[in-house]
Amino acid sequence: MPDKPDRNAIEVVNVSKIFGSGEGRVAALDAVSVSIRENEFFTLLGPSGCGKTTLLRLIAGFDFPTAGEILLYGQDIALLPPFKRPVNTVFQSYALFPHMTVADNIGFGLEMLGKPKTQIKARVAEMLKLVKMEALAGRRTSQISGGQQQRVALARALAPQPKVLLLDEPLSALDYKLRKEMQIELKRLQHETGITFIFVTHDQEEALTMSDRIAVMSSGKILQVGSPWDIYDKPAERFVADFIGETNFLTAAISEMANGKARATLKSGATIEATVAQGFQPKPNATVVVRPEHAKLTKGKGELSGTVDNIVYFGTDTHIHVHLDSGELFTVRQQNTRSAGCGFEKADKVGILIGSDAAQVLKD
Amino acid sequence: MAKNFSIKHQPGFTAIAATCFIVLYLPIIVLVIYAFNAASSTSEWGGFSLKWFQSAWQNTQVVDATLRSFQIGSIAAVLSTTFATMAALATTRTAPYPGLTFKYAAINQPLMVPEIVTGVALLIFFSRIKIFTGYSGIGYLIAAHTAFCIPFAYLPIRARLENMDLTLERAAADLYATPWKTFRRITLPLLWPGILAGLMLAFVISLDDVVITEFVKSGGQDTLPTYMLGQIRRGITPEINAISTAFLLLSVAIVTLFFFVSRKRD
Amino acid sequence: MATAEEVAKAAERRDVRDRWLLSAPALLVIFLAATGPLLIVLVYSFLTPGPYGDVKWQFSPEAWIAVFLERDIFDDTLSAAAAHVTIFLRSIKLSVVTTIATLVLGFPTAYFMATRSEKTRDLWLFLITIPFWTNLLIRTFAVLQIIRNEGIVNSILLKLGIISAPIQILYTDTAILIGMAYVYLPLMVLPIYASMEKLDFRLVEAGYDLYATRFQVLRRIIFPLVKPGVIAGSILVFIPALGAYVTPSVLGGGKNMMLSNLIELQFGQGRNWPLGSALSIAVMIIVMVALLAYVRNAGKSGVRHG
Repeated sequence: MPDKPDRNAIEVVNVSKIFGSGEGRVAALDAVSVSIRENEFFTLLGPSGCGKTTLLRLIAGFDFPTAGEILLYGQDIALLPPFKRPVNTVFQSYALFPHMTVADNIGFGLEMLGKPKTQIKARVAEMLKLVKMEALAGRRTSQISGGQQQRVALARALAPQPKVLLLDEPLSALDYKLRKEMQIELKRLQHETGITFIFVTHDQEEALTMSDRIAVMSSGKILQVGSPWDIYDKPAERFVADFIGETNFLTAAISEMANGKARATLKSGATIEATVAQGFQPKPNATVVVRPEHAKLTKGKGELSGTVDNIVYFGTDTHIHVHLDSGELFTVRQQNTRSAGCGFEKADKVGILIGSDAAQVLKD
Repeated sequence: MAKNFSIKHQPGFTAIAATCFIVLYLPIIVLVIYAFNAASSTSEWGGFSLKWFQSAWQNTQVVDATLRSFQIGSIAAVLSTTFATMAALATTRTAPYPGLTFKYAAINQPLMVPEIVTGVALLIFFSRIKIFTGYSGIGYLIAAHTAFCIPFAYLPIRARLENMDLTLERAAADLYATPWKTFRRITLPLLWPGILAGLMLAFVISLDDVVITEFVKSGGQDTLPTYMLGQIRRGITPEINAISTAFLLLSVAIVTLFFFVSRKRD
Repeated sequence: MATAEEVAKAAERRDVRDRWLLSAPALLVIFLAATGPLLIVLVYSFLTPGPYGDVKWQFSPEAWIAVFLERDIFDDTLSAAAAHVTIFLRSIKLSVVTTIATLVLGFPTAYFMATRSEKTRDLWLFLITIPFWTNLLIRTFAVLQIIRNEGIVNSILLKLGIISAPIQILYTDTAILIGMAYVYLPLMVLPIYASMEKLDFRLVEAGYDLYATRFQVLRRIIFPLVKPGVIAGSILVFIPALGAYVTPSVLGGGKNMMLSNLIELQFGQGRNWPLGSALSIAVMIIVMVALLAYVRNAGKSGVRHG
């Protein structure tokens, strides 16, 4: 990963947003604090209703926080109207102006800023080139495809060179293949423009592939902030571990905690090495998570033992669901080869091998 | 079954519908045909002629009433559409606020009361004001027409506003447009078809009014419909057919225009 | 410094104030030239008639008594005002029959329009819209030319030898009824069509799938779903029919008065403005009662099907 300068573009400090009043009071954001560094691709990830879009709207200025501060390079912008913030948004629905051409859409922000015509023209040409839409500059926005609309929306938001670009689930309307293309395109644009991107999505795969850092949100709170690797391999809480990817939850007793590592004694009696989430408080029944691809099935003995319950073929790999002797359920993911089956059958007695770097102890 | 079962079929419905359409158009067609009748009575056919159009054209009362209708109609349409546009902006795309329901009720009130009652009310009210101010000009008719045209103009404008995507205005604000610039560059251009539809509706409604005008007008302030009503009560000449035909043509032209404007999607 | 909450509250207050300012012109014009004068009518209905029209500013309940009762000139006794009662009943009867007639004709027409293909639907809608926006007086006049003794209906019947003398339709209640049904038919068709167009015909398929007959599908599935349109159409026809002025004036002649003609009379030859005012208020009360009944009915059906 390239080094990022240690300056914060956006600092969200203790921001709360409460909708309604009295009985119908709903806290969409509950004392949220997060810092977003200059030039990074930062993703707010969470299920719908978790508050990620609300946070984005507060940064854009479409809504105002009930409490707290939003700093843009140290300056509080929480109460500024949207047209006074050097922050631009790519909307989920693109929100392209239907009565204007592609070029007029892209030039709109600069025009509103009162830039001279020649400068606008040059900048629009530059943006059209950046998103590879030179040929369609004179088209109405209703005459271009969804993917093209997406590019225009991006160009329009980038044209005024905002300090921060906000993207509200911009890829959700595209089909799978186009979405994959645009993910790469977005990464490229971020790299070329050097603008800080704040990206909102509910798609964990999208978040993992594109982001420098991810904040996982749930019920108006940020649960964990970290690199995709941190989030996936070192989830701090059950919600994070469960929301991102598939995982196995095991109950264990924790001992010998030191330097973020510990020994976990599972119900089967076996003891494995595990990393420990920050803020973990020692307790008798801790939860340990093991990703299905970090365990191996064997016909011999392993850390865990059980009976094969079901085998599901996925093309690239096979999921083998095992009913553990301890009563818990465990899934192992095994890469497929062309020549042979997975080597196991339903009702087989099996052992499960857990590697030395496979387990993480959750804080809750 | 010999015939395919059609789920949309209902016995007799098509026949009734056909009858309705024929019955709706037959009297109008007859009326138009007799406008070209050379005979001076409408009970016999005396050959094709344009003489009744000519006679209407030379009738100063008809010309005078027509001009007055257009004058009142255009002023009332512009005023009512302007006010209705403002009111529509004030009553749509917002969380409920105190007075919102009152506004809906107030704006639609002229639709809820039979015209005759409004006509009587205005007769009483304006006769007082006429005595008080001494003014008895066309202003009363314009005020009355503006009032009852507002709910009609409001209808398509409000519908258009409610279907309009709020994020477009948000996007404009995000791109540094001040509220006024957002209104002028985004809201107004997108609202334009609705405003145009409202304007045409208001004009047609004003042009068609008989009852309220009949009660509000002072002497010598006949509009085309009130003049025609007077003539019809006195007895029929094919001249009325000719005037009606011209009037019909205008209505059809406006409705056609309205149809295309209001059906147009962005 | 103001807190976020204070700023938000102030912005909201400003927004509501701006919205009042924006709606002020429309509200003012409507109040001055529509709603406000209605209150004056109410006041006038309790005053004494002036000798040459207008009123004397002296309280009197006479106008309201005269709406339904007659005072004998000689012995001052009160009896039912036969003429007024007749006109009230005739107006209500004609309006109700007009509403039913337009419903019976309009419902199948709207159904026919809604079941056309997407392309031709617009054409049918256009065909129903033209009469809707065509001057009501002209359309009434067109009916007059058709039904009068020398009109084409009678001419054709005479020529065919079905009748020997023209049927007198004009200047009868039937003429008013035909005229009103004719001019108000589009008002019934349009709202029913609007609901019918949104009807999901897969529900009709489901109905047939569950063994319903055509009539049962119509009664149990289609009709309940388009009921809001039927109610709207009925209101749109009933209100103007009750206050109809042009149609009875042109087709009813002088004799077959409806309420509006009776009211007009008080402001013309009758020179009894308080009575005219009281009659106007009475018409409005009937309209309001009808509206309320329909609104409550609509509310109930809304709960059932919503």
